[in-house]
Amino acid sequence: MRKIVASLLLCGGMLVSALVQAELTIEITRGSDRPVSIAIVPFGWEAGTAPPDSIASIVGSDLHRTGQFEPMSPADMLSQPKSESEVFYRDWRSIGVDYLVIGKTRALPEGGYAAEYSLFDVNLQRKMLSGEQRGGRANIRDMAHGISNQIYEKITNIKGAFATKLLYVSARRLEGGNQIFRLVMSDIDGAREQVLLEQSEPILAPTWAPNGRVIAYVSFETTRPAIYLHNLDTAQRVQLTNFSGINGGPVWSPDGKSMAMVLSKDGNPEIYVMDVATRALRRVTNHFAIDTEPDWIDNNSLIFTSDRGGKPQIYRVDLRSERVQRLTFEGDYNARGRVLEGGEGIVMVHRVNGQFHIALQDLKRNRVSILTETTLDESPSMAPNNTILLYATKHEGRGVLAAVSVDGSVHYRLPSDYGDVREPSWSPFLK
Amino acid sequence: MEIKKLQMLGVVFAAMMLAACSSTDVEEGGEVDSGQSLSGFDGSVSGNQGAAQPQEPAEPAVQLESVFYFEFDSSTLTADARDDLDAQIARLKDTVGTIRLEGHADERGTREYNIALGERRAQAVADYMVLNGISRYRIETVSYGEERPVAFGQGESAWSQNRRVELK
Repeated sequence: MRKIVASLLLCGGMLVSALVQAELTIEITRGSDRPVSIAIVPFGWEAGTAPPDSIASIVGSDLHRTGQFEPMSPADMLSQPKSESEVFYRDWRSIGVDYLVIGKTRALPEGGYAAEYSLFDVNLQRKMLSGEQRGGRANIRDMAHGISNQIYEKITNIKGAFATKLLYVSARRLEGGNQIFRLVMSDIDGAREQVLLEQSEPILAPTWAPNGRVIAYVSFETTRPAIYLHNLDTAQRVQLTNFSGINGGPVWSPDGKSMAMVLSKDGNPEIYVMDVATRALRRVTNHFAIDTEPDWIDNNSLIFTSDRGGKPQIYRVDLRSERVQRLTFEGDYNARGRVLEGGEGIVMVHRVNGQFHIALQDLKRNRVSILTETTLDESPSMAPNNTILLYATKHEGRGVLAAVSVDGSVHYRLPSDYGDVREPSWSPFLK
Repeated sequence: MEIKKLQMLGVVFAAMMLAACSSTDVEEGGEVDSGQSLSGFDGSVSGNQGAAQPQEPAEPAVQLESVFYFEFDSSTLTADARDDLDAQIARLKDTVGTIRLEGHADERGTREYNIALGERRAQAVADYMVLNGISRYRIETVSYGEERPVAFGQGESAWSQNRRVELK
């Protein structure tokens, strides 16, 4: 974790970006029916100035957002222990708490803070975990997300994805019909936005390199679409493609060596794979229909959307044999598939009765489950631990980001004050 | 590029309309743009050297329709769009320089798919122009998909305005 903090500090200083007003807030619209009750006691502090943000409340909202946990309000706590000797299991048990987290923060003589924390199983009356996170004044949120990761993983056995990042595009309408487009990076809870790019031409399809240090996206800044690489450490941008027609849908292969993309330079949209180091290009599809929206299953196979059967459906192509196989059969519109980590399923845009929803198709049994109930849902992006996905939808006439757990039980929205937001892209685990 | 400026050059529209119907005198632009260069963002062919000298308009310029609308999920030109295009083609034959066609889609469906749909629409207009005597090399198409709506809002009245190709 210290390493994480150090690297975040480093890149935080180098990124050329304006810190903006909180663009996203979180409204949980539906939670799990049977969440686990957890009490995260406000952390104590000693020696020096208290940290600027409340670690306990950040950890509480991290866990709440998974839908699997219901954090207790501090006002309902019978006591607020700061150390293990002050913990009385019976008190917590009597108010139905399953897990208890306590902690203390202290200012370090060399600057920054240390937060020590402990997790207790109230029913088994034992300490499950204790640890410490350190960071500078600007890294309190990283420390809190690190604690959330440890707690979540200890209780659920699933790796926590709280210290990951989010890319999205926002568009604000100006008078006279023009728009201001922004590419924004934030924490996964919407905090600490940084505007990476702001312009009057559209920005589309932001995506992460597997190492989490470089991103790619499509920008119309030259009045034509082109794919750009953008180094998050140095803020250096490189125009990767400049073909006539569509330059779209960039996605890195899992090994980071290749990038799948959509080009229409030969007349209509086809899937290509570019070797990122040599820029050598290989054409993957060859059909007069629209072939678009690639994503990788593994380093040797892709999915993509095609209307070669008359309506958009998702197909799979093996890069070695070039064999194409249709994957989706339920419904007359399945598009923009994204493969789950591990390749066992895809999430996609699925139309039912004229409404666009996000659906999950299990690739083993090919069972389709519809995850969202909103309309005009698009651009699903899965957390790297496969637990929850972000997507774009419309709410009260505006583009907003929303999230749903893979079991469909938890829904929340991340509305923005700024304008229409869309195209969320969840980062990989960041080192 | 700046077609609108050329548009102002004292052109007698009635005459042009007539010309449009009988135009067979197609200047062959060579191959269709399959071998188009991968460099250069706009394929604009150097300037307007051959352009007519500005003159006083003989009569007030008639506003030609420069936006062509499409049905949902379709890139087929409607009868109205063809009529509007015929008038534009007649005018464009008296001009030189790049013709930029911007394809758009409504917000339904995924963004990348709508980029492809917008391109199909722009290409449908381009193909119709070429068929009616405009040189292929003058035409540049770009698709914005659903990124640049003219009408915001959910419902057919907004969507129908957004499914369009704009002649720039």
